[in-house]
This record gives sequence, structure tokens and C-alpha cells, in this order.
Amino acid sequence: MHVFNPGAANLAVSFRGVSKRYSSARGSVQALDDVSFDIAAGEFFGLLGPNGAGKTTLISILAGLSRASAGQVLVHGHDVVADYAAARRSLGIVPQELVFDPFFTVRETLQIQSGYFGARADPRANDAWIDELLENLGLADKADANTRQLSGGMKRRVLVAQALVHRPPVIVLDEPTAGVDVELRQTLWQFIARLNKEGHTVLLTTHYLEEAEALCGRLAMLKQGRVVALDRTSALLAGRASTMLRFKLDTPLPLTLQANARVTGRIVQIKTRNAAEVESVLATLRAAGCQPEDLEIGRADLEDVFLEIMHGVPAHGLSQSPMQVSA
Amino acid sequence: MTPLAAPPAMHLLSGARTLFYKEVLRFWKVSFQTVAAPVLTAVLYLLIFGHALGDKVQPFEGIGYTSFLVPGLVMMSVLQNAFANSSSSLIQSKISGNLVFLLVTPLSHWAWFVAYVGASVVRGVAVGVGVLAVTIWFAPLHLAQPVWIGVFTLLGAVLMGALGLIAGLWAEKFDQIATFQNFVIMPMTFLSGVFYSVTSLPTPWQVASHLNPFFYVVDGFRFGFFGVSDVSPWVSLGVVAAGLLAVCGLCLRLLRIGYKIRY
Repeated sequence: MHVFNPGAANLAVSFRGVSKRYSSARGSVQALDDVSFDIAAGEFFGLLGPNGAGKTTLISILAGLSRASAGQVLVHGHDVVADYAAARRSLGIVPQELVFDPFFTVRETLQIQSGYFGARADPRANDAWIDELLENLGLADKADANTRQLSGGMKRRVLVAQALVHRPPVIVLDEPTAGVDVELRQTLWQFIARLNKEGHTVLLTTHYLEEAEALCGRLAMLKQGRVVALDRTSALLAGRASTMLRFKLDTPLPLTLQANARVTGRIVQIKTRNAAEVESVLATLRAAGCQPEDLEIGRADLEDVFLEIMHGVPAHGLSQSPMQVSA
Repeated sequence: MTPLAAPPAMHLLSGARTLFYKEVLRFWKVSFQTVAAPVLTAVLYLLIFGHALGDKVQPFEGIGYTSFLVPGLVMMSVLQNAFANSSSSLIQSKISGNLVFLLVTPLSHWAWFVAYVGASVVRGVAVGVGVLAVTIWFAPLHLAQPVWIGVFTLLGAVLMGALGLIAGLWAEKFDQIATFQNFVIMPMTFLSGVFYSVTSLPTPWQVASHLNPFFYVVDGFRFGFFGVSDVSPWVSLGVVAAGLLAVCGLCLRLLRIGYKIRY
């Protein structure tokens, strides 16, 4: 079995034909279907998809929490199964679930996690790094508090610190900002962006698409266990250079516009390709007696691209090739 | 600030040592529940059974019932607490989800085994020493063959630590661990000759007792104190060692394949 692939060593993570099928008495579910893509060292990479698309399954296979039914995953050239120890030393995983060990303080938790990776061989250097993590993640005054006494946001920070405590070159964040406040998000992203600038590879899954758009240089989108888009973030946005007409409306939207509209409360967004289409939409609204407020025209954002891809592309219609790949 | 190479490969024991330390610290932080409470339970058994039967029963010639009872209670405490340590730690981590912190580490299945079972031995021995330290004031004891005491303490604690690890891997809820503990471990340790000499039983029950592997642990351990036992300590050693090999082999196999912890 393949253990170390020197050719893949400059790739931080490499997924090769990864499939995962869960079987139970009630039948089987294909969670991942022939997923293949690479993440170069130093990239800030986003993995997007709706609930149940297979993001967490893919990360679980990468982390060794789950086993692929077929295919191979390499971390800096090390197979996550055959050479799991080397692969896991390179990975820092922030799990999606808000879990903690109620027996220990924050500092004990971080020291123990370091020890699992052999990082306590030099306790002074390790303690200095732990202090730096506590400071950067706003945990310094909670160092000696028991983890069960912390708020949800603080527990999330501890999870991030635990993932970084052995200084892994690859950081995997599985929805790290789900349900956390603005302050933590800002603190977290500043710190992660800094680590990425220093050369750490970051793999992020999130439902906050504005975060992915702002942070990720490249994105993969999963749908029903298959990669349906894989490209640079800028290319994905440019490839769908449509404009969005946004306005607020208190009356029902005319039926003829509903098919292409995204409605969130009072806010209506309609994709348009050119000025003529904008005029046509406005004419339809006028004819229906609608009075749009706060009218603006903007470029499509990642959410528009995401929805277009998720609703427009059948996962099994793509065969082997994702939508677009730019070198 | 941050070196980007993966941390260097580490010695097997450096990660295992941390896990062992964490497991010991875990039970020590609640030592009132994990050490003091079982010591008190054992002392109560000694007082009640010793008072009720002390004058009426003499299992071995020249050895009073209370003296006979002490080694049995010590070993029963060692066995039950060694099992409780690994099984409760693992099931708590599985159910609360914090086992993920361990699953993402480079620790091998050997490291898991050494650390969990090692911590179980420490807890079992800590409770056993506690029981001995208190009960010794109630009955005269002498150490006829101290090597056997050490051997059977170690083998019994390792056996139960590994068995607890298997139970923790297998169980998916606390109820299943409680079932295993109350319907398998508790009856087998109670019926292992802790409270009586099996030679005093009717023949069918003697045969049944000889099928109970914990009987050999208790009997061999008691031999270390009195120099007399129901069966030869060498027979006990053979039976316990065989059981230990089987249980440890199964435990290592389950850990290696990630039974019910990696999907």
C-alpha cells in the first residue's frame, strides 16, 4: 500500500477518488462519491456545500475519524491510513461539535493535547506557545478555569487552541464560527489569517459564505457527495458576472419574477444579465403596482454563485469533472 | 513564530505517557468518589460479614474468618475499580464527544492500551492499598509469599483494565456499561471466593466456581498472605495468564481496527 508519495509532499492535502458509503440495516447511503482535489501548501481553501453534502465526512476521513470506502487521502505526502502518525502530526483539526473534557482546566487541556503529539518534550517552549495561543485567542484570563465553566464562545476558542497546540502545518476548521459572536469571529479570523500568511495551510468549511468569499483563495463545492465546483474564488465569481438587482418590497412579488428571485423577508434579489433586463424587471414591478425601496444594483456574491451551482447543477450530471478548474 | 514542518516523529511512550497521566489525573480529581468510596464499601463488608460470621466460620485451619476476608476484599476492590476506570473513562469520552481529541492524535493502539490499562492498574492498586490499610487494623495478617501478592495484583488489575477497555469500546450508552458491570463483573467477583472458601460449597457450586476466572485471581492472591489456598498458585497463575493473554489480545485487536470509535 502507498505510504509516502514524495511527489505529493508539496501538496498539503490530496484527495484521490475518495468515496464513502455508510451501510446499515435500513439501507446504505453514498456520502462521498469519487472526490478528488488537491490543496497546495500555504493555501486558504474553502469547502462549501449544503447540509449533508459530505463536507464533514470528507474532513473526518482526512482526520482519521472515519475510513474511506475507496480512494486515498494524503497529508504532505503521507497516507492518512498507512502512515497515519505522520499525517496526523501535520494536521490540526477544529471539530464542528462543541466538545470539551470537563475534568480539566484550559491550560491542562492544552498541555495534555500537546503531550499526545510529543510536544511536551520541551516543556518551556511548549508552555510559551500555549501562552501565546491563550493570548491570541482571548483566553489568557481563563487559563486556570475549568472548561465546563466556560461559555460556548470560550469553549470554541479552546477547541481552536487545542487544534493549534502542536503547531501543525495544516489547519482544518469545520464550521468554526457556527453560533459564535462577532467578536470571536473577528479574533479567530485575524489569528487564522495571520497563521496562513506565515505559511500554514487552512482548510475551512463554513455556512457563512461571506467568510469564505473574504478568506478563501480557492473553493470546492460539494453536492450529494460529489465535487460540483472547484476553482479560485475570484474565478467562480467572475465566471458568473451577472448583476443582482436588490430592493425591499412590502407587497407580493409579481408571479413572472418569482422564478428568478431570492426573497429574504422584505429583501428581494433578482439576477440580471444587462441593463435591458434591469429595465424589464422594473417595468414589471411598475405594471404590478409595486413600489420597491432601497433599490441597488450590485455584483453577484458567493452566495448567489453557491445557490446557482447548488440549484442549477445536478450532482450526478457532472460525471467526473467539476464545473471549472483553473490552474 | 511557527515552524511549518510537522512535529518530528515521537517515541511510542511520549504520547502514551501523557494519556496515562491524563487518565490518572482524571480519577484523582474525583478521588473521593473513585478511591475513598470503594474503600469505605469494602470496610463495611468487613465489619458486617466479620461481625456476623467471625466466630462461626474458619475457612482455613488457624486462620480466622475476618483475616480470611481481608485479602478477598482487597482483590475484589482492585478488580472492580480497575474495570471501572477504563470503562467509565472511555464511555464518558465517547458519549460527550471529547474522544475526538484522542482520535486525531498520532497515538498507536499500543499507546492507548498501555495508557488506559496502566491508569486502571494505578486506580485498582490505590483502592486495594486503601482497603488493606484500613482493614488491617481489624484482623491480623502476615505476608507468607509476598511475590504472589504482587503478581496476582498486577495480573488481576491488567486483566480488568483491559476488560474495561473492551466494554468501553463496545458500549454505546452508560446503560450498557452498567449492565456489564452489574450483571457480569459484580456477580463474578462476588462469587469468586471473596467471602468463603469454595471447598465449603456443594460439589456443583465448586465446579461452577472453578469456571470463574476471578476465583483464581482471588485464590492466588490469598495464597500470598496465608501460604494456603483452594488450588495451587501455579494453576491459578496459568489460568489467569491465559485469560490475560486472550483479553489483551482482543483488546489490542479492537483498538487497532478502531472498533466503534472510527467509522
